[in-house]
Amino acid sequence: MLEVVNLQCTRGDRCLFSGIGFTVGEGELLYLYGHNGSGKTTLMRTLCGLVAPTDGEVCWKDLPIRKQRDEYAAELLYLGHKNGLKDDLTGVENLLVACRLAGVSVKEDKAWSVLERMGLRGHEDLPARVLSQGQQKRVALARLLLSEAPLWVLDEPFVGLDVAAVALLEAVLAEHVARGGMVVLTTHQEVALTSGKVKKLRLGWKEDGCV
Amino acid sequence: MFSAFRIIVARDLLLAMRRRSDVLTTLFFFVIVVSLFPLGIGPELNTLRLIAPGVFWVAALLASMLALEKLFFVDYQDGSLEQMLLAPQPLSVLVLGKVLAHWLVTGLPLVLLSPLLGLQYDLSTATIAVMMFTLLIGTPALSLIGAIGAALTLGIRGGGVLVSLLVLPLYIPVLIFGAGAVEAEASGLGGAGHLSMLGAILLLSALAAPLATAAALRISAE
Amino acid sequence: MSGRLSFYRFSSPAAFYPLAGAIGKVSALIAVVLLAIGLYMSFFVAPTDYKQGEGYRIIFIHVPSAWMSMFIYLVMAFWAGIGLVFNTRLSSMMAQALAPTGAIMTFIALWTGAFWGKPMWGAWWVWDARLTSELILFFLYIGFIALQGSIDDTRRADRAGAVLLLVGVVNIPIIYFSVKWWNTLHQGATVSVTEGSSMSTIMLQAMLIMTFAFWAYSVAVAMYRVRSIILEREKDTRWVSELPEVRR
Repeated sequence: MLEVVNLQCTRGDRCLFSGIGFTVGEGELLYLYGHNGSGKTTLMRTLCGLVAPTDGEVCWKDLPIRKQRDEYAAELLYLGHKNGLKDDLTGVENLLVACRLAGVSVKEDKAWSVLERMGLRGHEDLPARVLSQGQQKRVALARLLLSEAPLWVLDEPFVGLDVAAVALLEAVLAEHVARGGMVVLTTHQEVALTSGKVKKLRLGWKEDGCV
Repeated sequence: MFSAFRIIVARDLLLAMRRRSDVLTTLFFFVIVVSLFPLGIGPELNTLRLIAPGVFWVAALLASMLALEKLFFVDYQDGSLEQMLLAPQPLSVLVLGKVLAHWLVTGLPLVLLSPLLGLQYDLSTATIAVMMFTLLIGTPALSLIGAIGAALTLGIRGGGVLVSLLVLPLYIPVLIFGAGAVEAEASGLGGAGHLSMLGAILLLSALAAPLATAAALRISAE
Repeated sequence: MSGRLSFYRFSSPAAFYPLAGAIGKVSALIAVVLLAIGLYMSFFVAPTDYKQGEGYRIIFIHVPSAWMSMFIYLVMAFWAGIGLVFNTRLSSMMAQALAPTGAIMTFIALWTGAFWGKPMWGAWWVWDARLTSELILFFLYIGFIALQGSIDDTRRADRAGAVLLLVGVVNIPIIYFSVKWWNTLHQGATVSVTEGSSMSTIMLQAMLIMTFAFWAYSVAVAMYRVRSIILEREKDTRWVSELPEVRR
């Protein structure tokens, strides 16, 4: 499904990674790890097509993603470091706009119930700027519950979450994988998903021999 | 495709409604610049009538350019630009939506206020009407062309000054035909030729500028 | 040369570097020779113009530099387009290398235009359509150089600059047309350097030689500049560290 061949990325003069190759099939979770600055975020952005690789190719369903940008975008959900929330919109409005922009039509009461499940009851109607960091993350992650995309690319989704939210997110991810979905994620935290039946890929200069 | 366009326009208008001060800043910049000229040149009405088209248009140019800074920057900062880049619709359509919302918020108020400022310059009703019309079809073109510059300088240190360097030369045709139409109309020559040129520029920029802006955004967000 | 020599071979900076050196040397030589001939012809051989006197001789500098300033922008846009479509690093370097020369040519054209205007109209600057367009072209060059200079990431700088160049090249005819329209409407002065007085064959020859001299100069300077850019960008590669001029 998602196939990465001989991927290389350079930033300025610095080579972040090279010779990266892996596949993520249906019902698989890929856990990316590596020290700070090893290029995890860049790799994730490359997987989404936000960054063009200097060499190699990212393929989705046997076609390079650069040749099917809109089709690929419809089947991908990316959550990065930045939450993509508008400070002046409420939680519900943010969720609705984000979903509709991604091509998922959502009814408003559905959005309310999803935010409630994310533990934001009573906060749905507040502008995002007054929410705490963890709450903002929860609003962003609420998209996962409404998403129909088979591929989720999540950059540090556990950052800023409390124990309850971490457990909830783990459950959501496990459910998605059980349904045959695909997940690529990075995290620095020890969570249930970083051990057990998951694919792992370590990034860093030691292994790939990159300068 | 059209729904994505509508979502973006609705979202940006809602955001502007919740942060009205940004709208007023651009508008008052325009008002102040236009009002400064009589102070610098003198209150001679004949002179003012003569320079009015140029003054109004240069002020509109500067106001439009000043407003560009905010066009993509907030989206870039909070990460919603990334989500726009990854939306399953053509990016140029979303860009067009953003520019339209941006113009409705920063350009249209300026068009609507221009008659009032026209009175300051003792312009005739007919001249004011032509002036409004040129601003109405000219300022959207400015926003469209300016969007390219805003996208190219996204996130660069000192991007605000740089954007003026990139965008102002490209604004020149709009300035010439916009101010020229008012002048031609006021002197009785008839500004139809100018107006059709202005319309052609608007059409061309509506077709081509979103594509260039989309390409620039992908480059800048990388 | 036994190996297959293809165009693509030279799209790699390492392969182009020595070639650029050779082209640069030859062009510099051509430029010097042509400049000597051209200047001699324009100052000593070409007859005095019966209308404009000796002052007209500035056109031998003014016209070639104005032509080159427009031509270089087109060449830059061409390379920018190639760089965007085929993602070749060298084309972006070419665009970057040409920009200062283009800006200098515009500046020379403006400067000599002013010099020409003073004795002819008694004003250093008349808002003539061509001079005004040239001034705007100068702004476009400065914008490109400023944009490239303020982006740290070379890849982004290349691609952003390329988009700007392509937007500029679409706009140049519109700008030129609008300025011309504006000029005729306001009945400003028209600097007709080449029109009005009939060009004698010798004048035309001198002007063409000067144009070729400027052209060769531009090629030479661009080649030397592109070599510096290649060295700067590829400084960490092995082939650069093995160059004799670097090893020293």
